[in-house]
Amino acid sequence: MRKYHAPVWNEPIIMEMGHKGERGIAIPVIEEDIQKSTEDSEFYIPNKMIRKSLPNIPEISQPHILRHYLRLSQQTLGMALNIDLGMGTCTMKHSPLINEELVKSPYFTEIHPLQDDSTIQGILEIIYKFSRYICEISGMDEFTFQPGGGALGIFTNACLIRKYHEINNDLPERNEIITTLFSHPADAACPATAGFKIITLYPNSDTGLPDIEALKAAVSKHTAGLMITNPEDTGIFNPMIDEFVKIIHEAGGLCAYDQANSNALFGITRAREAGFDMCHFNIHKAFSSPHGCMGPACGAVGVRKDLTEFLPVPRVTFDGSKYHLDYDRPNSIGKMREFMGNIETILRAYSWIMSMGPDGLRKVAETSIININYLIKKLTNIRGITLAYPKQNIRLDQARFSLKELKDETDVGTDDVARRIVDFGVQEYFTSHHPWVVQEPFLPEPCETYSKEDIDYWVEIIRYVCEEARTNPETVKTAPHSQTIKKINTKPLNDPNQWALTWRAYIKKKRKK
Amino acid sequence: MKKKLGLIVNPIAGMGGSVGLKGTDGNKILSQAKQLGAIPIAHIRTTEALKELSSIKDSIDLYTYPYEMGEEEAKVCSYSPIILGLISKGKTTSLDTKNAAKDLLNNKVDLILFVGGDGTARDIYEVVGDKIPVLGVPAGVKMHSSSFAINPRAAGSLATKFLQGLIDLREAEVMDIDEEAFRQNVLSAKLYGYLKVPHEEQMVQNVKIGSVPSQHETIESIAWEIISNMKEDYYIIGPGTTTKSILKKLNLKYSLLGVDIVYQKKLIASDVNEKQILKIIDGKKTKIVVTVIGGQGYLFGRGNQQISSKVIKKVGKDNIIIIASEDKIISLKGNPLLVDTNDEEINEMLKGYFRVITGYRRSMMYRIA
Amino acid sequence: MSKERVNTHPYIPNLVSEVKQEMLRDIGVENIEGLLSTIPKRLRLNRLLDFPDPLLSELDLKKHVSEILSKNKPCTEYLNFLGAGCWQHYVPAVVDEIVHRNEFVTAYAGNTYSDLGKWQAFFEFQSMMGELLEMDAVSLPTFDWGTAASFAIRMASRMNSKKETLVPKIISPERLSIIKNFCNAGSLSGNIEIKLIDYDPKTGLIDLQDLENKLSSNTSSVYIENPSYLGTIESQGDEIARLTHNNGAELIVGIDPISLGLLTPPINYGGDIVCGEIQSLGIHMNYGGGVGGFIATRDDPRYIAEYPTHLVSITDTIDGGFGFGYCTHDRTLYAVREEGKDFTGTTVGLWTIAAAVYMALLGPNCIKEIGQAIIKRSHYAEKMLNEIEGIETLFSPHFFKEFVVNFDNSGKTVNDVNKFLLDHKIFGGKEIVKDFPELGQSSLYCVTEIHSQEDITRLTETLNQAIK
Repeated sequence: MRKYHAPVWNEPIIMEMGHKGERGIAIPVIEEDIQKSTEDSEFYIPNKMIRKSLPNIPEISQPHILRHYLRLSQQTLGMALNIDLGMGTCTMKHSPLINEELVKSPYFTEIHPLQDDSTIQGILEIIYKFSRYICEISGMDEFTFQPGGGALGIFTNACLIRKYHEINNDLPERNEIITTLFSHPADAACPATAGFKIITLYPNSDTGLPDIEALKAAVSKHTAGLMITNPEDTGIFNPMIDEFVKIIHEAGGLCAYDQANSNALFGITRAREAGFDMCHFNIHKAFSSPHGCMGPACGAVGVRKDLTEFLPVPRVTFDGSKYHLDYDRPNSIGKMREFMGNIETILRAYSWIMSMGPDGLRKVAETSIININYLIKKLTNIRGITLAYPKQNIRLDQARFSLKELKDETDVGTDDVARRIVDFGVQEYFTSHHPWVVQEPFLPEPCETYSKEDIDYWVEIIRYVCEEARTNPETVKTAPHSQTIKKINTKPLNDPNQWALTWRAYIKKKRKK
Repeated sequence: MKKKLGLIVNPIAGMGGSVGLKGTDGNKILSQAKQLGAIPIAHIRTTEALKELSSIKDSIDLYTYPYEMGEEEAKVCSYSPIILGLISKGKTTSLDTKNAAKDLLNNKVDLILFVGGDGTARDIYEVVGDKIPVLGVPAGVKMHSSSFAINPRAAGSLATKFLQGLIDLREAEVMDIDEEAFRQNVLSAKLYGYLKVPHEEQMVQNVKIGSVPSQHETIESIAWEIISNMKEDYYIIGPGTTTKSILKKLNLKYSLLGVDIVYQKKLIASDVNEKQILKIIDGKKTKIVVTVIGGQGYLFGRGNQQISSKVIKKVGKDNIIIIASEDKIISLKGNPLLVDTNDEEINEMLKGYFRVITGYRRSMMYRIA
Repeated sequence: MSKERVNTHPYIPNLVSEVKQEMLRDIGVENIEGLLSTIPKRLRLNRLLDFPDPLLSELDLKKHVSEILSKNKPCTEYLNFLGAGCWQHYVPAVVDEIVHRNEFVTAYAGNTYSDLGKWQAFFEFQSMMGELLEMDAVSLPTFDWGTAASFAIRMASRMNSKKETLVPKIISPERLSIIKNFCNAGSLSGNIEIKLIDYDPKTGLIDLQDLENKLSSNTSSVYIENPSYLGTIESQGDEIARLTHNNGAELIVGIDPISLGLLTPPINYGGDIVCGEIQSLGIHMNYGGGVGGFIATRDDPRYIAEYPTHLVSITDTIDGGFGFGYCTHDRTLYAVREEGKDFTGTTVGLWTIAAAVYMALLGPNCIKEIGQAIIKRSHYAEKMLNEIEGIETLFSPHFFKEFVVNFDNSGKTVNDVNKFLLDHKIFGGKEIVKDFPELGQSSLYCVTEIHSQEDITRLTETLNQAIK
């Protein structure tokens, strides 16, 4: 087992750094002519709007700022540095560096979103071509890349459903969206923001999947649609998914496919054949765009032909020789996000697809499936770990496990184990979304990036910690021990007298004590 | 100021189970159990729980009752307990449990940790109500009350965290099981009351989606969902904290363990029986609002027998509203919700998938068996 | 259709045949088909995806994509005066360095232990924004300014249970469209009615009389932008706040943080919820991908309870150090909260860090200097353009970096002018004829600290030519 210790810089909060008079950059001097022919800046500001005192941000010289943030970056365990296969549902896979080079190019970074079409033929071509590829991957007819993240993509789908029923004069009657307990929580939260009521299907305790009987009971004249993740976060694929879709269609609703867990499906199965009307993908997951400390991201939304009129504007069109931005869509839902979306993710995804090709993409899916089922075999050999819904013996891309046996035996639970494994140089694992139907859960996802040795090593760490839970439970409970910091006190985080979201708040509350 | 922990051990709890007897109330059953070779287990459970508290042992005062009601176990675990009360060694009864609870209440302990079963919980509740926090170390046959931790270690761990001020309280049902009937395989339980129990709500740190509602928020949002949809019907509101929060929110008086009737957002009748219900709703459009009672998942037949099969028949399946928090549903571990009215026909009618209201504009499809 | 079979790939280690076989053996299946049994045959795609052959070599890939990108005409080659919600400011090299550190680029949802650096950078962002805004509570940013404003409006509505918001007529049409998507649930639940507030045609500022007329007991919030979408700096903050608060509504102000070296933060004129765009804080335009929206309020549990976005709080560790975690505000028992708190997700973490580095580099003096540089340059440009016969600028002389240029008297349309400018490698201001037809042939010009006197002179001369 590797002896690991995270970098410990004991780096102060930047607010405590620097010295009066220091500065990080200088800006161009104002030319004489400009000085002469303009007034002092205050002249151009209404009196009451002039800032009276300088803001209290730190005064630090450039090398110290660089040093500070480089140190912070060292204290961040990016996926590229470790066997990050524990973060299930996140698809922590390799983000090819060549793509990072491409997005650094000024031919991308220095493009203004409102430039004339003729000056952005390059990026429009990439968007257009990639949308053809992702249409082929999903079977949908047209895509938008405007939503800046998966949740916004799901919200877009909810808005599309809303618009569809509005045009058909079926609102407010059709005000219910059906989802499942193991779909992503956004599949419930986002349509709720759009104004829908949410009905959640509880999973069958044997199969881990919702019963079709439950769906039939949930459907009514109020059904607006189904928003479902498949395979669900448990990693179990619903073989009746097209039946589910059929039932919703018969009831007059639309079906949206949350494809956040699509890494195992490339080239194997598609939204179209299952009957879905729309879907969304997380480009920053299965399509290799890096996660970037929680963004920027892209929730690509695709729809069938009869719903394309509702897609956000502008659309990218091709007339045979030139690409254009088309705003003339009267039934469009308008904008979900300013401008075109996080196109840097699309640039990377395009490049990634070009480096994989059709068979490569299929191999991505196949390898993810082999990897997760191999991981399951190894993990279930460890005492204290059980696979959730063991009657289902195959998983796609990710799988949910339970440490309840370990917890009952040793009082060491999943949160403790998660905090302990980081002592061995691996990122903590993802437990599960709430609510925890599976108790003491954890949810790894090896994708196609990690080697057999990586997987074996990760399993070894889990085994080690489970053993430690028996022989030395306190070590696990008080973890981490070789990290940048020790265990935090969580009580202040929900106490208005103690939480501090800014340094100024922190100082104020500290003084009060 | 040092925190005070109260300890009450029911020394004979759990003795029936090991020899196939369901419970040990009554000397007759107890001697029967002893004859069958039953050995006491409560003291093992007690020491297991007390060991988990060792990290704060020196910073708390332990109050308990003499001999096998707590003193012995405390001393075995190296505590220097403060002994209250008097008992007849080897011949303790539920009266002793109640006296212990009374003495602990008078000494203003911060938490009563008890080792026993549903009967012990009930005895303590009778004296303490919701005045002091209480936590059960399971040692009885089958725990119906949700005032117990899952096992002795968990109980010790929860007690530690609570005394350190790290976790809060929630309400837990105390079920009154008719043990005589239970022995004849007839489960007849009644909602007896609610204890305040330490509870570790899952700290949600790794949430990508945003916030997760707390218990309090969930109950509020369920109540709001019902209230905002109230029509010109009579509402029969069943027992339970979830259902009564509806009346609380409407600023109406409510009977926690009984059935109340609301009309046009006003209280029409409180703590009514079947006959009274039938009279009030005669010829009126009515809805029933019930929640899940006890750890078993009963909707009808446990603690709300006033909402009888006759009432249900009159109201109709489509006018039954079931409410419960998502957490409550999940605690059923996938087992279906149960109904046990006296009428098989009604029981059959209620079977199938039902919509359970879990929040404001949120519901869950769950099965009734 | 590609016939190229992939048996080895730099990104997929376990494709190696013998490794794959070993793993399949351990699992207990012959081949991959044995693991696809949960996907029914009727749902399977029985062909390869219809794509071009892969470019397996990085060299080929780089050539291919670079060639496509080179068809773009970036603002390093063309002189750019476009703004309207995405602006060209200088991005210091240190910001680029930090934002491209692989540790940050590939991190995601790790907790405060393994990802302390990320959490600290987030807290530093919140802290420095807090100083700029003089507010104690700042959350992690959401997708963009439009979403931030939408969430702010919904927060206010949950707080006071009222269902109407007033929004200025002069607002980015993109933001208005987003706000509509979030707030107009139509006949579904939670609909928040949006009413537009007129502007004074001379100054471009909020028409106070119209605001007063439109305020009612149903008004949940008043949302204003300062500077406005068309660049003017609102002077009536106090009066707007007074009218808003007298009606029991929340005042929401949307701002551009790079103006905060010069402009007083909204809290000083009654702003309750402040939102805005972070792109101007050291983030490249990225074809519109560089945007992100922040939300800030007082540190009052009533507001904190309503944030849909994450709030990073500092806390202590068991050995007296510090760490971070999400403020789990739901636990507190204050006013009743029945409704869900909308949603967040993966938003703009990397840009949050960029903004933090940028604010640190600027410091208090430079953020004032940059504000001064911007306002002087923009006014210099305005002066120069006004000297051209046929061109005039509209609205109040109080603007920050954007102003409206009108071509009505030149006899040329904005499109003609912009076409001419384009032929001379200049991106003219955004035409606003479609969105604000009452302003005639007008466009929105943006001048920042990157525009030198030479640039402005070049614009002036070319415009002169354009309208001849």
